[in-house]
Amino acid sequence: MTYIFDFGSMSQYAGVLLHGVGVTLGLTGASTLAGGALGVVGAALLRSGPRWLRWLIAAYIELIRNTPFIVQLFFVFFGLPSLGVRLGQIEAAFLAMTLNLAAYAIEIVRAGIESVKPGQYQAALSLGLSGRQAFGYVVLPQALAAVFPALVGQLLIMMLSSAVVSQISVQDLTYAANFIQSRTFRSFECYIVIAAVYLALSVALRKVCNRLGRRLFAGQKR
Amino acid sequence: MNDFTLWDIAQGLLLSARWTVLLSLIAFVGGGVVGGAMLGLRLACGNRVQTAIKLYVELFQGTPLLLQLFLGFFGLPLLGIEVSPWMAASVALTLNTSAYLYDIWRGCVEAIPRTQWQAAASLGLTRAQQLRYVIWPQARRIATAPTVGFLVQVVKSTALASIIGFEELTRTGNMLTNVVFEPFLIFSMVAAMYFAMCFPLTWYARVLERRQGLALKS
Repeated sequence: MTYIFDFGSMSQYAGVLLHGVGVTLGLTGASTLAGGALGVVGAALLRSGPRWLRWLIAAYIELIRNTPFIVQLFFVFFGLPSLGVRLGQIEAAFLAMTLNLAAYAIEIVRAGIESVKPGQYQAALSLGLSGRQAFGYVVLPQALAAVFPALVGQLLIMMLSSAVVSQISVQDLTYAANFIQSRTFRSFECYIVIAAVYLALSVALRKVCNRLGRRLFAGQKR
Repeated sequence: MNDFTLWDIAQGLLLSARWTVLLSLIAFVGGGVVGGAMLGLRLACGNRVQTAIKLYVELFQGTPLLLQLFLGFFGLPLLGIEVSPWMAASVALTLNTSAYLYDIWRGCVEAIPRTQWQAAASLGLTRAQQLRYVIWPQARRIATAPTVGFLVQVVKSTALASIIGFEELTRTGNMLTNVVFEPFLIFSMVAAMYFAMCFPLTWYARVLERRQGLALKS
């Protein structure tokens, strides 16, 4: 055990690393917004859509939740071109992450909607709100407030699993790690540093999201 | 080279799925042993050990599994430890699984009211006996459903071992794609096989959950 650590050789690649952080955060943020929106729509449809659509959404959720993310990513990137859908690396990564996140988000938001007491919906109706208004203004905000921490957890899981998009040569943080280690041959230091960056990102992101949640749902006592 | 029949492909994938199953079992059993040991340590020891365990869990849950695999596979040889993809995948997945299982089981033990410990202590049981005869039987009931549910995560996470060259389902799918040029077909089959492994577990976890819910209501 005479290995001498040398973190210094990494310093000249700070730009590559920062670019990787940007790509990872950008992909995570974009897919969270898109996946979250799909999650709300999906959960609403699960509640009141036609039966065939509900069945379809349920099947979609099961399919996504019971297959690995990397297989979904390869399917989107390598498989879809056979159907004529040709996507760039970033687009494929974004699509796969969004599809994955949407399935979990639907489940989470659905659980949130179920946690809101039916009396709330009925009270809103009795005030003259339409069914859609009652759902949008009364049920949904309470549901989202209840499950916000779970959604944040899912977003963090997504950020960590997004490391595999480096496999279709998206230049994210893990790609930066591989790039730097192939130049410096300092793989151990390199992966330690990048792992530390991921750790810092997930801790910081959780803090930011929790603060955001407190502000967004300030009026709700839960 | 290019005249693989559908059956050849399916056979190749099915054969490699065995390694996915085996790796999942290694990770789950190994992770269970390590996680259980950590839980035991936590219950038996003082604050310093608890802090160390907390750090361990945070470390494995806060970094990508892919990097943990890379660290094991590309990092350890530099320290003079020779590792095969088998070794690296088993060790990384075991440690990763242990962090999650520890967290699940800790939650289950903590869900048992403190008075149960106190009552057992007042009957003259030692700390180990309290755990063995009073706390564990109750905690086990709560723990089964989330543990089975987590097994799905373990099976899915083994797919990442393909990246460090471990020949399981995903890697074989990749290699077959390179030969046959039918990515849509092959990745559909790969996904179907993962689904066939994971869905029964998901379903069973749900059944257990429902049963437990009924038990709690009555």
